[in-house]
Amino acid sequence: MVKPTLVSNTIRSHREAAGMTQADLARAVGVTRQTLIAIEQGRYSPTLELAFQIARAFSAGIDDLFQYPER
Amino acid sequence: MVYEERNAWVGLVISVIALMVYVVLVLQQAGGGPLTDVDWLPLMLWTIGGSIVITIVLSVVWGMLAGLKDPDGAGRSDVRDRDISRMGSRVEQAFLVIAGLAVIALCAVGADVFWIANTMFAGFAVSAVVGGIARVIAYRRGLV
Repeated sequence: MVKPTLVSNTIRSHREAAGMTQADLARAVGVTRQTLIAIEQGRYSPTLELAFQIARAFSAGIDDLFQYPER
Repeated sequence: MVYEERNAWVGLVISVIALMVYVVLVLQQAGGGPLTDVDWLPLMLWTIGGSIVITIVLSVVWGMLAGLKDPDGAGRSDVRDRDISRMGSRVEQAFLVIAGLAVIALCAVGADVFWIANTMFAGFAVSAVVGGIARVIAYRRGLV
């Protein structure tokens, strides 16, 4: 039922570089800390809107945070 | 554990218990005789009513306990909760459709009211259990 996603992300490294905790970032983008943990661990693919919000929290582009492998 | 995940756990556990209690009560009342002689309606209504009340009480109590630990996040839900809820509802719907078709088939063959009502009840119960399992797995293992 749970199929693996090919989307990976570097949210954790961006967050640590910015000196933010998971709770800080979760609050900034309006989700629970558990949701942010799931996204960081690749257990939940965020909606496009949420991906933009996370990218904006770091003043970065979506491509800087989320990667999808070339075929 | 977030608010909606707690509710998913409570709903799952209560659904399983309610289904088991109902089956035991019906079999007990039948006492080895034909099941169609069982006065199933009060048992079914008490089981449904009791499970709704217990689910609400447990959710409130667990929510209050969670609120003591994390006052900000105790009642919050977000986009992931909505996605998981939608997925769980889709799973539930499949079983409700199967139960509905079975009820039509039973009506078509003129089955006893006991079997018609209990097939629908089983459909509700199984859909709640399977939907609950799907939700809990999505919370624990992920939804991608």
